[in-house]
Amino acid sequence: MATTRPWLSPSVLPGFGLTLGFAGTFLTLIVLIPIAALVLKAASLPLADFWRIATEPRALASYRLTFGASLLAATINAIFGLIVAWSLVRYRFPGRRFIDAIIDLPFALPTAVSGIALATVFAPNGWVGQWLTAIGIDVAYTWVGVVIALTLIGMPFVVRSVQPALEEVEASLEEAAESLGASRWMVFRRVILPTIAPALATGFTLALARAIGEYGSVIFIAGNLPLRTEITPLLIVIKLEQYDYLGAAALGLVMLCVSFLMLLAINGVNAWRINLLSGRRT
Amino acid sequence: MTSKLPANPRNVSGRRATPWIPFLLISVSIAFLGLILIVPVASVIGYAFSKGFSAYLVALQSPDTVAAIRLTLITAAIVVPVNTIFGVAAAWAIAKFDFRGKHFLITLIDLPFSVSPVIAGLVFVLLFGAQGWFGPWLQERDISIVFAFPGIVLATLLVTFPYVAREIIPVMQLQGREAEEAAVSLGAGGWTAFFRVTLPGIRWALVYGVILCNARAMGEFGAVSVVSGHIRGLTTTMPLQVEILYNEYDLAGAFAVASLLMLLALITLLIKAAVEAFGPARH
Amino acid sequence: MFAGCYKPLVILTVVLAAGCQGRDDKTSSPAETSAEPGSRVELLNVSYDPTREMYREFNEAFATHMRAETGVEVAILQSHAGSGSQARAVIDGLDADVVTLALAYDIDAIRLNSKRIQPDWQSRLPDNSAPYTSTIVFLVREGNPKNILDWPDLLQPGIEVITPNPKTSGGARWNYLAAWGYALERALGGDIKRLPTASPDEIEQAEQQAEQFVAELFRHVPVLDSGARGSTNTFVQRGIGDVLLAWENEALLAIEELGADALDIVVPSVSILAEPTVAVVDSVVDRKGTRQVAQAYLEYLYTPVGQEIVAKHYFRPRNAEVLAQFQHQYPELRMFTIDAVFGGWSKAQPYHFNDGGVFDRIYATKAE
Repeated sequence: MATTRPWLSPSVLPGFGLTLGFAGTFLTLIVLIPIAALVLKAASLPLADFWRIATEPRALASYRLTFGASLLAATINAIFGLIVAWSLVRYRFPGRRFIDAIIDLPFALPTAVSGIALATVFAPNGWVGQWLTAIGIDVAYTWVGVVIALTLIGMPFVVRSVQPALEEVEASLEEAAESLGASRWMVFRRVILPTIAPALATGFTLALARAIGEYGSVIFIAGNLPLRTEITPLLIVIKLEQYDYLGAAALGLVMLCVSFLMLLAINGVNAWRINLLSGRRT
Repeated sequence: MTSKLPANPRNVSGRRATPWIPFLLISVSIAFLGLILIVPVASVIGYAFSKGFSAYLVALQSPDTVAAIRLTLITAAIVVPVNTIFGVAAAWAIAKFDFRGKHFLITLIDLPFSVSPVIAGLVFVLLFGAQGWFGPWLQERDISIVFAFPGIVLATLLVTFPYVAREIIPVMQLQGREAEEAAVSLGAGGWTAFFRVTLPGIRWALVYGVILCNARAMGEFGAVSVVSGHIRGLTTTMPLQVEILYNEYDLAGAFAVASLLMLLALITLLIKAAVEAFGPARH
Repeated sequence: MFAGCYKPLVILTVVLAAGCQGRDDKTSSPAETSAEPGSRVELLNVSYDPTREMYREFNEAFATHMRAETGVEVAILQSHAGSGSQARAVIDGLDADVVTLALAYDIDAIRLNSKRIQPDWQSRLPDNSAPYTSTIVFLVREGNPKNILDWPDLLQPGIEVITPNPKTSGGARWNYLAAWGYALERALGGDIKRLPTASPDEIEQAEQQAEQFVAELFRHVPVLDSGARGSTNTFVQRGIGDVLLAWENEALLAIEELGADALDIVVPSVSILAEPTVAVVDSVVDRKGTRQVAQAYLEYLYTPVGQEIVAKHYFRPRNAEVLAQFQHQYPELRMFTIDAVFGGWSKAQPYHFNDGGVFDRIYATKAE
């Protein structure tokens, strides 16, 4: 089928040309042309220079922090976000509606505000920070602070991706498994987890992608020390402040490529999930 | 697996079997959210009112703050409808038709998610800045894009680009296309099929996407900061105004504006809750 | 049936186009506004962070002055952020009539990268176009519990020093150079004036010692905020660190804003004369026809009224009479200039702060 498939499968529905045309035009204007400008700018660097800028020790250290902290934050979100989503979907408890409503707040908070608020709370003299300092944990201005900021901004992605998927898990399937003597843990692992896995993966990736690019909230709570607590977006800003547009574009391109590949991978997973679900339903 | 009849009916009715599990999970949820979300948000509100309610109101009435609120609302009023129309059009093309390169297109739509806000601002500077591709052309005609209102709108459009599309595409895909095909073959027009058949099915996703898009549009900081020029009362949005006040040692004022942003977000969330409560049931 | 649905596209285009044109409608057409009574002129002053409060007052004074003298209504818009990012914005097309930045290098950068400012800008106004100065002092906690009195005390074990990032903050560059200058002077036997006559070997040794001193200093820095105000907030609001390296005017303002019972100023034995500079952006004022007013605006900074406002906001005025009048607020200390010790910004910036410069080297060796 794939070899002889035409570009567009015939359909009785109207509007393909219009909607794709509009979406395509708009996509080109707002996203593709600007990003092409970035790519072309970076491409005007000789390859050797590009490589040197992209792999200098400070850049490497910043990738390590940016990608490492983002991975850690997305993982924390995957675990705790799943628990939160589960609690919201499966249980009725006082304050449930309130919690459900505030999940989206990190989207609404300007990132600078999140950063300032977190720095205020986790600083050694802050509400939470004073207790943590007392037991010897420094959060503000260390990589831990970066992870906390990234966890905050990525949290809604996981919860909101997993919630609908959890609602979809068919109770009858679970009950059948239980009636067959499966333990609750086994039901979770064998029945529930496979069903929500793609949604969890989507949430994880979105949280990760968002975290990698994050700037506003992190600079307030990271110490911004070169090689230690300096994230890649900050390095880009520093290059800009030195009027080094090429260097900034080069680092931007590196980040863009990594994130793009990650998104491409997750969309592959998603396509597989849609096929799976629609296959099961028909 | 040997067939074992339920030794205990408790297992079938399930949920009550181990009461400590729900308790544990709910506690973990609340502790997690409390630490990373509720406490910081509470601190924002706490500082906002630290000088009393009247000081809070005064802080929101300074001319620069009012101008920032207006700019943010106008920006959102342009960005959200535009991205909504785009999202619906893109979702229709992607979900209702089969064509090659579809997954690539979806990934391109997702691309802005992975673009650091700093880069989202930078690209428009590279295009429209005085040293950029179109810079000299624009300058001859005395048109400002970056460091003016259009630049703020463009950067916000780019950052919030995927939110609506991303929410409704999967729902439309799961919906299938049989219903619309039936409607069209019975003589309904394209618009009718969309409004009568498709829209009711994607309503929640659409509302949710619009809310997210709106929240992000009003709260965007990094990208706007690069293209804004920080001109007081002219090109500062609410998030930038928060930073300005914070840097002027006006913690109460800064967090007053921040709390207003949260309030605007909560209002949209309340609208969503109201629509859900009064609208027909979800399933 | 989908005919006519390109409407959204049309609307979008119209909206964006309308946005593009909604500019400059307040200023009248170019090539005039030459101080006609009753005309209205809008100036944009692009400045750096710590001048917010000062220019707010100065703008009012200047507007009143212009109204009384010429009948021209002047409205001044302000933009504040880090000095480097403001210079970049002007290079990229932010239409500033005047720039009032933290250091001459940033204005030079505008000249080099965009040609929007004429090469002779620094000689067009008195005092190298620096109408006010400041210096770098220490801000410590009430009562100076760690007993920090001069630069060497910053290197005591356990002392945490707060300074912004010299890569992004103009003030931080002054901090860094002040520390460097102190160490250089110590290496030269306590007399910085010997620098021009010292032998090359001696200078090289002194520079090595200075680099060691500054490297050791940055080993005591736990946070590098991107701007001066960020650092002040870190030090004061978050309670991080034992000493803040700050502009003298920022330190005095912080005490005024945040209470003298929480903070003390410590004046080191020697520091740098920080010279924030100002300039008219030639290409903008010529296009907008605002040169006369913009020039008058900057010149007004040098008048007694301007100098008094400057002093009220803790900058050091150039005018000797005003300086004498406000003498009580400025502690005595010896100051060296960047021109004398570092050969000006055009040498100091690439050597110390550009990629691969001394500052990068400090952190590269620190990591090993």
